[in-house]
Amino acid sequence: MLEIFTLLANWLSYDVIGLSPDTRLGASVHFFIEDTTKILFLLVAMIYVIALIRASLNLERVRAYIQRRNRFAGYLFGSGFGAITPFCSCSSIPLFLGFTSAGIPLGITMAFLFTSPIINEVAVIMLWGLLGWKFTLAYVVVGMAVGMIGGLLLDTLRGERWLKDFAAKAYQKAAAEVEAGTGTIEAPDAPRLTFSERHQFAKQELAEIVGRIWKWVLIGVGLGAALHGFVPDNWFAANLGSGQWWNVPAAVVAGLPLYSNATGVIPVMESLIMKGLPVGTTLAFCMSTVAASFPEFVMLKQVMTFRLLLLIFVILLANFMVVGWVINLVGPWLMVGH
Amino acid sequence: MKLVEVLGTGCAKCVKTAESIERVASELGVDVKVVKETDPARIMEYQVMSTPGVAVDGKVVHSGSIPHREQIVSWLQG
Repeated sequence: MLEIFTLLANWLSYDVIGLSPDTRLGASVHFFIEDTTKILFLLVAMIYVIALIRASLNLERVRAYIQRRNRFAGYLFGSGFGAITPFCSCSSIPLFLGFTSAGIPLGITMAFLFTSPIINEVAVIMLWGLLGWKFTLAYVVVGMAVGMIGGLLLDTLRGERWLKDFAAKAYQKAAAEVEAGTGTIEAPDAPRLTFSERHQFAKQELAEIVGRIWKWVLIGVGLGAALHGFVPDNWFAANLGSGQWWNVPAAVVAGLPLYSNATGVIPVMESLIMKGLPVGTTLAFCMSTVAASFPEFVMLKQVMTFRLLLLIFVILLANFMVVGWVINLVGPWLMVGH
Repeated sequence: MKLVEVLGTGCAKCVKTAESIERVASELGVDVKVVKETDPARIMEYQVMSTPGVAVDGKVVHSGSIPHREQIVSWLQG
């Protein structure tokens, strides 16, 4: 069904504009037209449908749900809800404190916050459209693993010692109450929504999300298109090495100063992979760009001491590298059928 | 006089929320004091997780989005 966008791009770039498919510019323009039209179409259709379904999901219900889980299920659910719950990154701090003051362990809250920027419906839709379902699945598994393992490590190292005072006190008080069985939060009832209310919500979500990300799609696809047309095939393999162990840490470090959301980085990933950069190295680069963001750390500084921030930073970097190495090992399987 | 607190750690939507509350109040001629509350500890006390949140005279009436005009009118006149 998605071939229609290839045909559209063929027609526009070769017949209407008159470029040759064999030129660099022709290849770039074709890539840009195909990917922007395909992605925007998929986004509009899927964001609407997904928003219809999740209209009744809110943070209060998610929090009550996670609070009732045991610790290990907590990491899974924290990370899973981080992936599917709509929330604006400017709400990170209130969300963090809302979870903490309900006695939810730091690691589980952070599993939510780690996974949230990596996995969302926009990222999944784009990956599916551009790189196929196997890669999408791998991305989701990796994104959740980064969140869960990060959270688990934080709790193992007792990171909550280094929360800012007011947050630490709120956590200890609530955790003691939960322990005693008195602090459990009642889940608010799911709001009963009529179809027209769901439709309203989905319409607003669609306008909000597309309004926020369309620039990123253009920038990301533009970069991807430039790479696609102007970097020779297998340039990476020839110049950056093809999967030696040090490629992965190098990619993670390269991604750090870059700050993008998943929407902008995915078309770039597509191009990098097509040019022969190993899949795990590409993913490590992508995670580092998306999940370790400077603005996020500045925000978290309000509730955490420097020591805890540093610990989180180190855990994230280590996670990205492990992800890169592991995926490089299983990489060939992922690209079959693409 | 009513005290309206807009709860949020400095997001763009919080600024818009505060502005529209002030605008509606002056249209209606209601005497209000609109404060932008950015202190995380205070927001935690209100148990608000999605910002912007709105509290009128110390009671949370809204969270998670820029409120509609009708909602603002009902808070100011209630």
